[in-house]
Amino acid sequence: MTSRRKIEHELLTPISRPNEGSAGLTGFWRVFKPIIDKNRCKKCLLCWLYCPEAAITVDEKGYPTINYDYCKGCGICANECPVKAIRMVEE
Amino acid sequence: MKMVLTGNYAAAYAAKAARVEVVSAYPITPQTQVVEKLSEFIEKGEMKAKFIRVESEHSAMAACIGAAMAGARVFTATSAHGLIYMSEMLWWAAGARLPIVMGVVTRAMAPPWSIWSDHCDMLSLRDIGWIIFFCENAQEVFDSIIQAYRVAEDERVLLPVMVSWDAFQTSHTAEPVNVLTEKDIAEYLPDRRPIPYVINFDKPFTHGSLCYPDKYMEFRYLIDYSMSKAKEVIKEADEEYGKLFGRKYGGLFEEYRCSDAEAVIVTMGAISGDAKYAVDLLREKGYRVGLLRLRVIRPFPASELKEKLSSRKIVCVIDRNISLGRGGVMGVEIKALLRDVPVVDIVAGIGGRDISYVDIIKMFEKALKIVESGEIPEYLWYGVNVEYIKKAVGEYYESPSI
Repeated sequence: MTSRRKIEHELLTPISRPNEGSAGLTGFWRVFKPIIDKNRCKKCLLCWLYCPEAAITVDEKGYPTINYDYCKGCGICANECPVKAIRMVEE
Repeated sequence: MKMVLTGNYAAAYAAKAARVEVVSAYPITPQTQVVEKLSEFIEKGEMKAKFIRVESEHSAMAACIGAAMAGARVFTATSAHGLIYMSEMLWWAAGARLPIVMGVVTRAMAPPWSIWSDHCDMLSLRDIGWIIFFCENAQEVFDSIIQAYRVAEDERVLLPVMVSWDAFQTSHTAEPVNVLTEKDIAEYLPDRRPIPYVINFDKPFTHGSLCYPDKYMEFRYLIDYSMSKAKEVIKEADEEYGKLFGRKYGGLFEEYRCSDAEAVIVTMGAISGDAKYAVDLLREKGYRVGLLRLRVIRPFPASELKEKLSSRKIVCVIDRNISLGRGGVMGVEIKALLRDVPVVDIVAGIGGRDISYVDIIKMFEKALKIVESGEIPEYLWYGVNVEYIKKAVGEYYESPSI
């Protein structure tokens, strides 16, 4: 038998481990930018719940904050907001 | 222990001996008895495995993939439409490098409906990264399934394996089979080491994520690379099996009376038994002829076949399959290897049409005449009802021009 070469098993097939933004900065896909009006916001966090990209986090005061590096501007947050505290503004 | 088993039951006993932990399958003739027997073993508690009942073959393979990713040794079996229905998942199993072993009882595709054997179902999936074995009889089905796990789980391979056998001639014909038990093969086939990776809920990962053109090609190269390595692993697995249990099959292909043969008949599967008998009779008639039975289709033993066949005066390939519009699949592949040897490719036995030793003798003598005439067609059909074709289209060509 010929000598065995070392095989890195995890390199045989594509495996990706969860990390922030593994597909790169998707924020540049955005055409409309969601902007939160904190005066209107009731901290219900429906926007945080509905954001399909997990690009909305909650700050220390309980307000939602948008990570514009990854927000693709889909507008779901603005659509879901029951008090119309999120506006979509063209980039 | 010697038992009288059909090819299908031999497969079930082999999966049991291999200590398979998960079986997921959907019934289809002529395979059903394989998983029927396995479910019987599991229900009786003779086999410590989980049988996952599913609504289709696509789901059966999906369940096998999940179980293999979780580290289990898995088995399934199917035929014809079931195999083609699961084909999307078959690509996935190979791409995920999962050492799944599957029994494939070859059966002709519909329409028109047929439950009888030809090899078109299995051969239409020859390019998807599965290793493919083809067996001659029930004993070889048993032995090959055990060898298949050894090969699939070897870290030099890590690819799924299909072990195929013919509908009815092998699947439903009872023969004496030497059955080994879990204990007998424990050393030959140790527990599965869950490589290349195993699902871990504490450290989640995504498998098979999107690969852009700068990354995809390497994964295909790696499968092809492991296929080339698998040839040695298959030979080793067969050799060691032979040492331990007294039966081996020549690794990638079996040779019968080939050493001094000027002419070689190439076959695959159940008809090879008749072909060996035909070789004996042809030898009595004075022909220096031998038989080469292909046992492994993928990886294709190209260099080995080239070495064995390139000094012969004639090679006659009997293909129990048809690549419609091209000819017999093995004929095409063997012709590609041999530049200076006349190769006659004969398509026969489609849809379970019987091929007896008499037919094999006729085909061989026909091949000799063709070679003597100097005009060798790309391929020819054998055993077609000419009257029917003429009625349908007004003419018949034994060798369609392509």
